[in-house]
Amino acid sequence: MKRHLAIGIALFGFAFLTAGHVSVRAAAPLTVTGAGATFPYPLYSKWFYEYSNAHPGVNFNYQSIGSGGGIRQITAGTVDFGATDAPMKDADMAKLPGPIFHIPTAIGAVAVVYNLKGVGPGLKLTQEALADIFLGKITRWNDPKIASQNPGAKLPGEDIVVAHRSDGSGTTDIFTNYLSTVNPGWKEKVGRGKSVRWPVGLGGKGNEGVAGSVKQTPGAIGYVELAYATQNRMAMAALRNREGSFVPPTLESTSAAAAGASRTMPADFRVSLVDAPGKDAYPICGLTWILVTKDQKDEAKGKALVAFLKWALHDGQKMNAPLLYAPIPGPVVEKVDATLQQIRFQGKSLY
Amino acid sequence: MNSRGNIKDFLFEKTTALFALFVLALTLLLFALLVRESLPAIRKIGASFVTNTTWDPVLEEFGALPFLYGTVVSSFLAILIALPLGVGAAIFINEFAPDWLKTPVSFLAELLAAIPSVIYGLWGIFVLLPILRDHFMKPVSRVLGWIPLFQGPVYGPSMLAAGVLLSIMIVPFILSVSREVLATVPKVQKEAVLSLGGTRWEMIRIVIGQHCIPGIFGATILGLGRALGETMAVTMVIGNRPDIVLSLFQPGYSMAAVIANEFTEATGDLYLSALVEIGLVLFFLTIVVHLVAKLILNRMVPEARKGAAR
Repeated sequence: MKRHLAIGIALFGFAFLTAGHVSVRAAAPLTVTGAGATFPYPLYSKWFYEYSNAHPGVNFNYQSIGSGGGIRQITAGTVDFGATDAPMKDADMAKLPGPIFHIPTAIGAVAVVYNLKGVGPGLKLTQEALADIFLGKITRWNDPKIASQNPGAKLPGEDIVVAHRSDGSGTTDIFTNYLSTVNPGWKEKVGRGKSVRWPVGLGGKGNEGVAGSVKQTPGAIGYVELAYATQNRMAMAALRNREGSFVPPTLESTSAAAAGASRTMPADFRVSLVDAPGKDAYPICGLTWILVTKDQKDEAKGKALVAFLKWALHDGQKMNAPLLYAPIPGPVVEKVDATLQQIRFQGKSLY
Repeated sequence: MNSRGNIKDFLFEKTTALFALFVLALTLLLFALLVRESLPAIRKIGASFVTNTTWDPVLEEFGALPFLYGTVVSSFLAILIALPLGVGAAIFINEFAPDWLKTPVSFLAELLAAIPSVIYGLWGIFVLLPILRDHFMKPVSRVLGWIPLFQGPVYGPSMLAAGVLLSIMIVPFILSVSREVLATVPKVQKEAVLSLGGTRWEMIRIVIGQHCIPGIFGATILGLGRALGETMAVTMVIGNRPDIVLSLFQPGYSMAAVIANEFTEATGDLYLSALVEIGLVLFFLTIVVHLVAKLILNRMVPEARKGAAR
């Protein structure tokens, strides 16, 4: 017994010594800190892992505390970069101590999911039908506004139960932005935001809360991130886009929306992708951004951050699709590169 | 020797006093911070904050009445269910249960109190909600749907679900405090009633009832305090809808839940400040509940003594 203990202590001591030895040899790693959106967190953590493996010496510490927190922290200067699903408002931009760039990193889509016995995936919904359901104007599934587009489906006369996010979220922002864009009634009555005053429905916390409500309640409809809906094999609606075709949410239709919007991409990338042009474009898509200040305070950190962002927009984009985020289209990446070149330390570009 | 002991005593006393002051300072600091952070909202919105029923972050119209209503109703509903359950169980365990049953039951009750609330919430979503919806709410709605209390469509997430879940969470508190209180009844008094030919029911009603009401009331307030502040479990089953409706089958919202839901993504100073002000209102509500409880308790204790002496 005693001998075992002694061997154990010796082994432990050895491990401890070698560990100490290794960390002494490697240069003190540079830690870049960030905070913000939860939506792109799976992608970012994959990126950080891969990038740190390929570039030892650079570590990332990212806290997915929500877009609002990301904006607050980068504004206060407590993190090296922020991340957000909703672009900063002009009023918030005005409060910044210095200029800030929105660097688009991925495109996500919001799927409309439902739970209807006997009705498979791909239920066709027009802009008006979707808005009226969430406004509480359409209350039954066999309403003519739904039935007329789905002649083959056996729609029950059940009540529609609307499920929405109760927590403030970028997903809600994209979804309500879409409804505000396509439906004047929604824009006037509810508007767009991360939390809104929902005319009807049950609030669920997080994607899992909404998905739980939809799965458990017969006749329910809700909205969740595409990745979440796909992983949970939920029935997703095909939405009519501005060209008039019904498009189900997929990576391809999300990319199509991004391609449609890339021609009109503004220089600061603060743009919404909802209701994008293109025959195959899915209408409820949104960009997610990393926020970086134009004037970096620390040369080494700034350099590492810019190098990482450059990597993320080129090599890193290959990791988007497996995680169900659509990549940033090529023409936009070129524009982002031009922006990255403007990031500087004491007037010197860090690109 | 003696003087050294005195110095030790002195130091000991002052150190413990410091700790006690620390608790006081912490509470005051908390209060001061809540007030400071909610000042913008208090200035801009004023008293209508607690009377307005509209909560619209887009238009920056903030009325907290639905949350206040939801917190109060769900908590009282929980007490209504948990009180008979907890006190009844305590009487059984202390007075009737065979010894081999006492330990496991009280152990399990204490275990219930230690379960994290998010686990209760998950259990609420996946077990409680479907059972309540299909085996209680739907049948009741069919038969008694005309009563305002049970009106409207049945979803599952509702004020009732929140009340039931909360009651399960506070039963352990009421149970264990009630047991402690019951154990303080002098054995002589109990035996006296029995020896005069009283039944067990009379013994419990007369002796324990008179002796223990203040203590059981205290247990109730303890449970109420937990129910008022409970966040995760409530937000998972209450439906998160800021409406004031009488029907218990309809979704509601609570103060703690809206803070948890919206605080992380709240941008805009007034919005943030309004959320902090909800915290301040909750703080006040808790204080008021405890003060009222103290007042009632103070009036109750002498009467209970009289009763016990009778």
